[in-house]
Formats: sequence, structure tokens, C-alpha cells
Amino acid sequence: MLSLIFIIISAIFIPGVIAKIKSKIGGRRMPSVFQPLFDIIRLFKKGAIYSPTTSIIFKIAPIIYFSSVLMAAFFVPMAGQQGLLSFDVDFVFFAYLLALGKFMMIISAMDTGSGFEGMGANREALYSMLVEPAFFVLVGTLALFTQNSSFQDLYVNLHTSTQLSIIIGIAALYVITYISMVENSRMPIDDPKTHLELTMVHEVMILDNSGFDLAIIHIASWLKFAIYGTIISNFVVQSSWPIYIQIVSYLLIQMGYASTVGILESFSARNKMGKNPQWIIMLSAIAVVTFLTTLIITQKIILN
Amino acid sequence: MEIIIFKLAIILSILIFLISRLYQIYWVYLVQIIIIAVSSLWAIQCLFISDSSFEIPLMTFMGSPLLIVIDKLSAFFILVINFTMMTGSIYAKGYLKPYLENKSKLEMAFHLFNLLWLHISMLFVVMFRDALSFLIIWEIMSLSSFFLVIFENDKKETIKIGIKYLIQMHIGVVFILLAFIIAAVQSGSEFSFDGLSVYFASHNPFFIFLLFFMGFGIKAGFIPLHSWLPHAHPAAPSHVSGIMSGVMIKLGIYGILRVLTYIHHDLFYIGLFILVISLISGLIGVSMAIVQHDVKKLLAYHSIENIGIIGIGIGLGVIGIAVKIPILAVLGFAGGILHILNHSLFKSLLFFTAGSVYKQTHTRNIEDLGGLIKKMPKTAIFFLLGALAISGLPPFNGFISEFLIYSGMFKSLQVGDLFTDIVLLFSFTGLAIIGGLAVFCFTKVFSIIFLGNPRTEKVEHATEISSSMFIPYYMIGFMIIAIGLAPVIFIQPIGAIVNIFVGNTSAIEQVIPTLNNISISSAIFIVMIGILFFLRALQQKNQTIKQQATWGCAYKGANAGLHQYTATSYADNFGQLAKQLVNVKKDFKEFGKEEIFPEKREFETHSSDIFENNLITKPSDFVIKWFEKLAVFQTGKIQHYLLYSLVFLIVVFLLTFINWI
Repeated sequence: MLSLIFIIISAIFIPGVIAKIKSKIGGRRMPSVFQPLFDIIRLFKKGAIYSPTTSIIFKIAPIIYFSSVLMAAFFVPMAGQQGLLSFDVDFVFFAYLLALGKFMMIISAMDTGSGFEGMGANREALYSMLVEPAFFVLVGTLALFTQNSSFQDLYVNLHTSTQLSIIIGIAALYVITYISMVENSRMPIDDPKTHLELTMVHEVMILDNSGFDLAIIHIASWLKFAIYGTIISNFVVQSSWPIYIQIVSYLLIQMGYASTVGILESFSARNKMGKNPQWIIMLSAIAVVTFLTTLIITQKIILN
Repeated sequence: MEIIIFKLAIILSILIFLISRLYQIYWVYLVQIIIIAVSSLWAIQCLFISDSSFEIPLMTFMGSPLLIVIDKLSAFFILVINFTMMTGSIYAKGYLKPYLENKSKLEMAFHLFNLLWLHISMLFVVMFRDALSFLIIWEIMSLSSFFLVIFENDKKETIKIGIKYLIQMHIGVVFILLAFIIAAVQSGSEFSFDGLSVYFASHNPFFIFLLFFMGFGIKAGFIPLHSWLPHAHPAAPSHVSGIMSGVMIKLGIYGILRVLTYIHHDLFYIGLFILVISLISGLIGVSMAIVQHDVKKLLAYHSIENIGIIGIGIGLGVIGIAVKIPILAVLGFAGGILHILNHSLFKSLLFFTAGSVYKQTHTRNIEDLGGLIKKMPKTAIFFLLGALAISGLPPFNGFISEFLIYSGMFKSLQVGDLFTDIVLLFSFTGLAIIGGLAVFCFTKVFSIIFLGNPRTEKVEHATEISSSMFIPYYMIGFMIIAIGLAPVIFIQPIGAIVNIFVGNTSAIEQVIPTLNNISISSAIFIVMIGILFFLRALQQKNQTIKQQATWGCAYKGANAGLHQYTATSYADNFGQLAKQLVNVKKDFKEFGKEEIFPEKREFETHSSDIFENNLITKPSDFVIKWFEKLAVFQTGKIQHYLLYSLVFLIVVFLLTFINWI
């Protein structure tokens, strides 16, 4: 329960923090941290515009997307605190649930009959297909290393096992951070602030959404961000620490994660579109190397 | 008692030739109801009530009694066959209606007679253990399905495809026959499945298994034995494609599973072999599916992919037995077997809905469609249901079987040795890629057919299909959701089947709480969606809801149908990544340098199957080329032919003379 509450709290702050960092670096005046939240509230007060081309798919997709992300948040543990739901091999359910949400968003973009949105939907489909193996190899590595197979146990046992966990931890941290960039449509895969439809990925898919639908899509994106932030923080925060230290360090890592994204987005440019697939496949390759390293650590490969 | 009724039904099937065109289908229903009732009774008795298999004497065949033997594996397949045949026949009534006008009474009767016999022969295939009767009934199954495929025999192409199918099926039979004969001769045992156990007890099983795998694999459609599938499914009428893809190809899997029940040693390499072939089938099947434009061809390639997933489950199961990891063995087999049922459901649903689209628009090319959800809303929703289920997404049935396989893999990573772990790494990576590609493919096909604006006027005249064709939709849809939401009900009987292979099925008990948790999570998920709908309705009650054209950079002169993303462009970025694999060729004229005002141009893409090209087309072209050269002897003059016989006689005489023969 606690983990869900903190995911929601950090989801509220993260977009504000990123915006603040970016405007600070860009030399602009900073909006309030709550500005994104105010925007959402304003969207909730609005009506909606639907294109006559769209069908029922366009209306149900944002709701299913939002539900899938919120539901996924139920499974994510926070350090020693169990997720709201937890069972064996729950990360498969987690990954496929997010895939369901994506499936719906992709077809909803195609439902508008717009060439731009088709392009975005197509890219999103390709990238999320390519990033899937990286995630599975990563959790496979953790399952192999910790001898466990649920989100909660993976983390608890990652820290309580040997000192060597730090090697796995760092590699896994790297991979998961970049997986989160792909999943959240951030740099270097996608530039959320680009102004040209042709160069967008995620943003172009939701061009025609408005009002309530747009609001929940935004909230879902924040939640997704916070979910990945939580997963990342779990590599550092240990369940043996006292609870207040856990919470403080969790919040610090979440803010650090948001600031890093802000800084990266201020200084780096996005990949060329054609280069993205290669870049994402690289993540899987690193994950495989991590897996092989784990085989050495668990002494299944005997070196001499 | 039941056996007499069963035989009576078989005899009744012949009477269909006497019935007038309009009532033939009802005769099919009558016969099928009897067959289904009797065989399902046996199956349920075997699967749920009794603990052992039972035998019923059918008749005396060449002096020896011919038994039908039903064990839990047969019982499972009987139920799957019956369900899909039932939905297929109900669907056939509506689908065949337009053909009633231009098909004669005899043609119609022959088609439906073959439909009945496909059903009967499939049931016997899973019930016969004697090799000879098994092969005969296997032949009847191939033949009746061949006649079903060539239903639209006025098209030359269809006949050609049908013959191709028939030839490949016969090559398959040769392998199976060879395997039986070698096993029987080498071990001196009886000529039957049970005789195999004698052979396998004393010999290395790999070679005979390989022969069986080739034979059954052609039916199942494992790559590279798959090349009949992408042709036969589009050519066949949709109810037949649904049945063939839903259950008939699974009988290849049945054959492999049946042979596996007799092998108890040296299993590791067999498992590895099945796994590798299945991973290749899964990956290539789905990659090829992505670049197809013909919706039924696309679905056929997806059948290959799903056969791959089933094979991954079975392969892992066999490896699990070999390396003594019971959880991998049990969950691998359970996932594979459950996926057989699941695939029979969503694939037949997809073929039926795609058939409805074809029936109403007269095109299978998805590039001509678009926006059909407004004309055929129910068909669209059921297609979406099938698409979500086949992509393995929760809360539908495809997820459950993939989940079982995944959990078997992740849980055995810890106990496996180095080699097993590396095999597992490849397997779950492969399965994850297959899942991702399936999502890619089905987002494409669903959106191009049903969403956006119509691309040609073929869509304008489409209307929703007649209500009788919805019955199978609802039946299959109910099962898809039921397995997705309450998998525990289905996992118990599956556990009993897995018991045939693994013996110790305590892992099934372990997975039940997890499946219960999945049911709870799915229920929460659905409730959450419901609440959000309610909230949105509440929020939008007092707001203005407007309609405005889709954002197109404020440019309104666009042609709504043509300026959309097409299936080709959707598949293009994947096609570039997997260039070597999918082999897409583009046909277009380049712009000339002096061409200031470009003329009208055409752009075409084709994909060709590299396996089919290199394994079937090229060798057969080569053979044909040489045979054509031999044709110089065929002059058509009687004198020459007499000369040939004279030469032959002289040669024989000379050879005898010098004692060569």
C-alpha cells in the first residue's frame, strides 16, 4: 500500500521537477512545481472534441491505458514494502499489462485516420516491441541471481545476498534506466518537447485526444515515470534500512531521477529516428551480458 | 450402446447426397450433434470421471478387432475438435449462403459431406492406436480437407494450391509410415503406437522421433515444413480455414505428443530439437505475418507462430523431464497444451471474422479496407478480442498459456545448470520478441481493416453479417474470456494430461494460487475500467462534446481515405530491420532527373517466403527443367514408341546374355 501511495506522490511532483530543472538550465523563469497538476485540473473542467472519423476504440483506449498503468503500479514494491498485489512471476503480468495499454493507445491513434498519428503509432509499436526482450532478460538475470521470482522477492534478496550484487545492481540499473526512457518516450528515443509532428513519437499519438481523455493519458504517463523511478530506486534502497531512511532515500532518488532527465534533456539531442532501433537492441545486448555475468557469479560458468 | 449410435451417425453422413440444397446444412447439424454428444461423453468421462483410459471395440478390421482407445490426451483433443467443429459448422451456414445459387446440389452435398468426414476422421485420428488404421484415417483427414480447400474450384489457382497441399500431406504420410515400419521391423513389435514403446525401450529414440516429427510437422506447419499453410488457408472458404487452422494442424502436435508419451530416455536432445525448431517457427512466422497484405495469409503465418509457441512449451517440458526439473516440465507441458486449446479458440474466431469481412467486401487485401468498424461493429469488436487474445495480453486466454510457460522458465532458472540456463535465456527472449511482434502485427491488421477512413469504395457497401453467424462469435468469445478470467477451472484437467508425460504434477498445485491472483488482478482491472467509464460519463455530462475533423496541420484538402498510414508503411520499418528474413521486394519506377512533372506511377511490394523459395520452388523447378528435357522422347509417333520397346527388349536380352541380371 505504502509503495502505491509514494508512487502517486512522486508522480505528482516529477513532471514539475523536470520542467523546473529545464527552465532553470534554459534561463527561463521557473513555473511552479504544481503547474502540470493545474494543467490537468483545467483539462478535467473541459469538454471534449471527437473526430467523426474515430470510433468507440478512440473512446475506450485512454481509459484502458490509464487503468493498465495504474494497475501496473499495484505490483511495484518499494524497498521492503510489498506492492499492493504480489504473486509469483508477477513481472510477466506487469509487462503484459503495460503492453495491453500500449496496444490500445496504438490502435486509438490509428483510429483517427491521420497520417501523423499512424507514424507515431508505428514507431511506438516498433520501439516497445524491441525493448521487451531487454526487460525480460533483466528480470531473468535478477531471478537467476536472487533465486526468486516475484518483484518483491527479487529486490529484497538482491541486497541480502552477496557483495557481488553490486556488480549486477549497477548493470541492471543502467539497463532499466534506459528502458524507462524508451517506455516513457524520453530522450534519447523521443523528444517530448519537439514541435514538429513528423518527429514525434508519443506526443503525436495523442494529438486528437482532449478533455478528460487527455488528462488521464497525461496522468498515466506520470505514473509510468514514477513506476520506473521506483523500480530504479529499489536497486539502491535496501529493505534492511529503517523505514524513515527508506522513504527519504526513495524520495531523493525519485527527485534525482527526475533532475537527471531534466538535465539530459536540456543538453543532449535526440537520436536520429533510424538509429533508434539499433540503440534499443543494444539494451538487450547489455542485459544479456549481465545475464552471462550472473552465470559466472553464481558459479554456473566456472572460469579457470 | 454409444458405439452403435456413433456408427449410425457415420452411416447417416452419406445420406446428405439425397437432401435438397437448402436443408443439407441441417442434416450436417443432425449428424454432428450425435457425433459430438457421443464423443464428448467419452471424453468427459475419461477426463473428469474415470482415472484411466478405456477401450471400445469399433469393428473387426481385416480379421482383428479395431479398438478405439481414449486416454486423457485423446479426450482433450476430442473436446477441442468438437468445439471448433461446432462453431465452424454454425458459421458455415451463413458463410455458404451466397454460394447456394451457383453451386449444384451435388457440389454442395460433397462439400458438407467432406466437412462431416473431416470431423469424423479427426476424432478417429486421436482415438486410433493401431498404425494401419491410424494412417488410413490420417489419409481420409487429408483428403477430406483437400476437398474442402478446393471448394471454389472455378478458380484455377485454388486447384493448384489444393494439389500442392495434397502432395505435401502425402510426403508427410511417407515419413510417418517409414517411422512406424522401421520401429516395427527393428524391434519386432506390433505395428502400432503401442509397439513404439518396445522400440524406444531398446533404441536411441532420436532418429525415429525425427521421422515422426517431419511427418507430423508438415501437418502442424513447423518451419521449414510450413509452406502449404500460407497458400491453403487463403484459398479455402473461411469456415474451413478456421477449422483447419484451429484444430487440424493441431493434430500434427497430437502426433508428436503421442509419440513423446512412449519415449522415456535420451530426451534432452529431442527437447532441444523441438525447442529450436519452435523458436524459429515462432519468430519467422510472426515476422512473415507482419509483411502480408492478405488477411488470411497473415493469419496463416500467425498459425505457424502459435504452433511455435505450443512447441516452445512442449520442448521446454521435454527438456524439463530430461534435466529433472519438474517445474519446468510441468509448466512447459501445461502451457503448451493449454495453448493448443487457446489457439483453437482465437484463431478460429479471427478466421471467422476475417471471413465475414471477405464475405461483405469481397477482398482479402487489407490495403483496400479501412473504417469497417462503423459498418460492421460487432465483427470488429470480436476481431479485436481475438487480436488481443492472440497477442497474449491479459485478461484473455492467450496470456494464461504464455504466463505458464514464462513462469516455468523463470522458476527453473535458479535450479538449472549452465546449459539449461542458456537455453532458457534464448527461450524467454524469443518468447518476449514473439509477443512484441504479435502486438506489432495485430495493431497493424486491426487498425488497417477496421479503423480510420475507408480506402476504397468496397467498404462503402459493406453491412453487418447475418445474425446466425454471430453465434460462433459469442461462443468462442465466451470461452476466451472464461479462460482468461478463471484459468483455475481449466488448469486441473490440463494437469491430468500433463501427468501422462511428467508423472509428478505437484507444480500444478503450486501455480494455482498464482492463477487465482491473476484472476483477482484481472477482476480489479476490469472494475477499474468500469469506474473510469462512470467517472468520465459524470465529467462529460455537463460539458459540451463537439465533433471536429482529425488534426491534419489545418490542411483540409486531404483525401481522407488515401492520406492515411497503410499496412505497407506500417510494416516498413520492421521490414527494414528484418530485411533478410522477410524478403520484401518493391516494384516502382525511379524519378528521372529530367522529369519535371512526374507522371502517374504505381508502387507495389511483394514478400516471398525464403524457405518456400529455397526448399520447394527452386528444387522442384530444377526437377521440372530436367524432366522437360527428357520430353524429347515423347514425339507422339507410334513408330518411335515401338522402337523404344524394341530397344528395351534388346537391352534386357543383352544384359541377360552377359549375366548382369
